[in-house]
Amino acid sequence: MTMITVVDYGLGNLGSVLNMFRKIGAEARLSEKPEDIDRATALVLPGVGHFDEGMRGLRERKLVEPLGIAVRERKVPMLGICLGMQLFARGSEEGREPGLGWIDADVKKLVFPEGDRRPIPHMGWNDVVATEHTLFRGLERGARFYFVHSYHVVCEQAEDVAATCSYGIDVTAAVRHENLMGTQFHPEKSHRFGMKLLGNFVSSLSPEPASARA
Amino acid sequence: MIPILLLKDGGLVKTTKFASPKYVGDITNVVRIFNEKEVDELMVLDIEASAQRRPPNFELIRRIAGEAFMPLSYGGGVRSVGDAQRLLKLGVEKVALKTGAFERPSLVREISDAFGAQCVVGVVDVKKSFWGKYEVHSHTRDSAPEPSPVRWAERLVREGAGEILVQAVHRDGTMSGFDLDLLRMFDGKLSVPLIAAGGASDLQSMRAALGACRLSALGVGARFVYHGPHRAVLVSYLSAADLDSLQRVTR
Repeated sequence: MTMITVVDYGLGNLGSVLNMFRKIGAEARLSEKPEDIDRATALVLPGVGHFDEGMRGLRERKLVEPLGIAVRERKVPMLGICLGMQLFARGSEEGREPGLGWIDADVKKLVFPEGDRRPIPHMGWNDVVATEHTLFRGLERGARFYFVHSYHVVCEQAEDVAATCSYGIDVTAAVRHENLMGTQFHPEKSHRFGMKLLGNFVSSLSPEPASARA
Repeated sequence: MIPILLLKDGGLVKTTKFASPKYVGDITNVVRIFNEKEVDELMVLDIEASAQRRPPNFELIRRIAGEAFMPLSYGGGVRSVGDAQRLLKLGVEKVALKTGAFERPSLVREISDAFGAQCVVGVVDVKKSFWGKYEVHSHTRDSAPEPSPVRWAERLVREGAGEILVQAVHRDGTMSGFDLDLLRMFDGKLSVPLIAAGGASDLQSMRAALGACRLSALGVGARFVYHGPHRAVLVSYLSAADLDSLQRVTR
């Protein structure tokens, strides 16, 4: 069983994330220490708040480099949630700090077509359509998740978009780039859909199927 | 369909007409049950924080937020932007204000400006006077600057509340149906989503409420924690089929 290291960088509701992993039978622990990141075999970057605050939180705890090495060199599977996923990008219109730059994407403010005056943030449950089949196995259609965000990730490569939802425009709901995965929505607030998705993430970590372990 | 859970002395209680609170169970257990039932949103209200002039029980709220696998609204004793900030950091999605707004309507504006209108629910509890007139209810010595429920709700919206919860005190805990006259008074009046609570009983009562007023949700208390004529404690929700049938009733 792979231990999941949930990065604590001062932002985000970590309680629900840890609890949901534990509920599905995964082992998860919180850490803000570079040495734990160096040893991690699976990572989760949660987050709620301002882009610049997120980057500052990572830098103050000297986590940017260990995370970069883990994700890009050791190819550790990493799941970003909400702001966590946005930090993977090159930068955000929300702030001035550069992002981690792990995917060819930029974070932009939600802007709707002329005359469409729907509320920002995009807050509430929304239907998600997925084209990726590891994180979203069993969730490709009919899945709903809880969103709260005013900015969204715009990917340069279409193949990096794992799932989309519709809110005035097509919004990237999830990304996937090799070992990097991210969701704009909150699995930890999306009850059974979130549990299924986190379960899929956990399953993707197993090097061999359960039967081979006997 | 939002279960509304009431906190008193750290436990889950249910009131009748905002009085006689009866212990129902451990709140984190009940939240876990609602997780199983795939409830889309939960509201927790501390019914004595304001009366006791104390702040929210942040430690308990942290535990509740950690257990809830759905978005959470919390109200009770929120009197400052700092209180709201702490709640949001703990994993609460929306902060509900009632007494805090009576004392200082600008509190709504401050929290709304700091965190966004979508984080603020204005709570308008409504009682029916002896003469049958609707008035804003208070459970403390403070009273609403504006006694008319609709006008008070409009004031809260002007101050930045992103959502309004209207609760009929006289129907609370009775499972005797929503007060449809009260709901009709509110229909089309507000520019923000409206949640109605107080009196939910069977599906027909819910359909009637949805038909009387344009609502974004129904708040339900007793109906989801009690069962049968002797009010045995049983946590329940609606089936997917029932929920679906209600979606089709809209104004």
